Amino acid sequence: MGQITLSKVTKKFGEVEVIPPLDLEINDGEFAVFVGPSGCGKSTLLRLIAGLEDVTSGTIAIDGTDATGLVPAKRRLAMVFQSYALYPHMSVRKNIAFPLKMAKFDQAEIDRRVEAAAKVLNLGDYLDRRPGQLSGGQRQRVAIGRAIVREPAAFLFDEPLSNLDAALRVGMRLEISELHNRLATTMIYVTHDQVEAMTMADKIVVLQAGRIEQVGAPLELYERPRNLFVAGFIGSPKMNFITGAEAARLGAHTIGIRPEHISISPSEGAWKGTVGVSEHLGSDTFFHVMGTGLAESMTVRTSGEVSLRHGDTIFLTPQEDKIHRFDADGMRIA
Amino acid sequence: MARRVSTRRRVIVTAIAWAVAFLIFFPILWTFLTSFKTEGEAVATPPHFLFFNWTLENYIEVNERSDYFLHFMNSVVISVGSTVLGLIIAIPAAWSMAFVPGKRTKDVLMWMLSTKMLPPVGVLIPIFLLFKNTGLMDTRTGLVIILTLIDLPIIVWMLYTYFKEIPGEILEAARMDGAGLREEVIHILTPMAIPGIASTLLLNVILAWNEAFWTLNLTAANAAPLTAFIASYSSPEGLFYAKLSAASMMAIAPILILGWFSQKQLVRGLTFGAVK
Repeated sequence: MGQITLSKVTKKFGEVEVIPPLDLEINDGEFAVFVGPSGCGKSTLLRLIAGLEDVTSGTIAIDGTDATGLVPAKRRLAMVFQSYALYPHMSVRKNIAFPLKMAKFDQAEIDRRVEAAAKVLNLGDYLDRRPGQLSGGQRQRVAIGRAIVREPAAFLFDEPLSNLDAALRVGMRLEISELHNRLATTMIYVTHDQVEAMTMADKIVVLQAGRIEQVGAPLELYERPRNLFVAGFIGSPKMNFITGAEAARLGAHTIGIRPEHISISPSEGAWKGTVGVSEHLGSDTFFHVMGTGLAESMTVRTSGEVSLRHGDTIFLTPQEDKIHRFDADGMRIA
Repeated sequence: MARRVSTRRRVIVTAIAWAVAFLIFFPILWTFLTSFKTEGEAVATPPHFLFFNWTLENYIEVNERSDYFLHFMNSVVISVGSTVLGLIIAIPAAWSMAFVPGKRTKDVLMWMLSTKMLPPVGVLIPIFLLFKNTGLMDTRTGLVIILTLIDLPIIVWMLYTYFKEIPGEILEAARMDGAGLREEVIHILTPMAIPGIASTLLLNVILAWNEAFWTLNLTAANAAPLTAFIASYSSPEGLFYAKLSAASMMAIAPILILGWFSQKQLVRGLTFGAVK
């Protein structure tokens, strides 16, 4: 079991309120991702759940029992840190066994569980090495191994992939997702990378300045962002925003259209512009279109085969049913 | 980082380095040589460098005239005693300053360091009177106390720097893994800090061994360590360079040997955190 409920949780550092009153429910077995720009309070929120920081007010309940005043060790949570935080003076085996040793398991049980974790994570050959002798990906796996042996109520991940190179990051992302499928244990994952959030999460919690901007499934956030911040944060490349007469015509203060919901034509369309920078990814091409008079630059996504040159004139046509409308306060108009 | 260095430049730089090293080492070499000369040869002009009648008579006479072993034991008790006492006080102090700093932690650290900027002679009279009135004068206990107090700021500062190098996330990981404060200190913090604690211990033993202001001013016959033993040979009866040199060699030999065998540890300790 691993249901985590936050009620009216706040956190102040001195006079600075980093988390205004916040309510959040994470269900048992769910993969929840906290995402937001740096300094949005996502790591603080995770540390509050872990018990590494004390809440200023409010309660945190784990499986229905109040855990607000419990020390980290008593919360039955395991955490994987950004820096891996392995114990440098211990072998991989001792690192993974450490939580079991602290929980006073007998040696036979410790050995059995360490071997099992090592098998799952492909660490069998490295058990007697020190963390310093391992690569970044292997260290990450040791950190995960140390988390899974205890069979915790929930796993907490604090930007675990940000120290890895791009190729390894994609691989580890899949491994963590697979691990979640296999263990079916609650996971809370903090990242600033919306791609990680979109690909891994059952539930995304978008944070800004300590406030929850929106909670929902990845596609829900993509298709129906509640406000301008979420609309701009989720999706890559970013949604195009247009204000002024064109927005007013549709009864909104701001309208948003994603790059993939604009079609292009060399001869006719709703908006005329010239091609600026093109980014060719092979499968897709992103064109930055200038001089439309609507926004400084509009991004359009096309298939990889489309080829346009810098300075070419093109016409853009948005798919009417994919236009998002926002009022003067930045909130979605239904 | 490869840089092309011409042979000429290499030769010149090497020669300068050797010259500087020799210049620094020369007084010790000269003391060593003088300790094997007769008093007459010791003051001869021009001085004899290597070609003189090598003799052990200074060492024999020094041993007859004073109780080397007593002074040696005093030095050991005072330097080891003050270091161990200092560590016992400084480890918890440095731990709390490094891991649970308060608003004034930086100020406390600076204040502690500032006491080292005061010339010791400025507090000689009050300390002297305190020692006299409490019966600590010329006792090992008294010297252990005063040297602990004198070196405590350095010990706390060194340990604080080492503890600061231990990433907080590792201690947090231990907490998440179920370690209480006691387990955290035993299984994680202490093993990781041992190199730092060892260098602090070594350096402080050396500092206390060589301390010559308080040990000279607060001792007479009973608690006098090797520093006082050396000084007794530059007495009002006249200067005896050869015997003074022999006494000096006997006083610095133990610490020189200790330093030689632990130089790797010392260098590592002193440059800790300089290069990451």
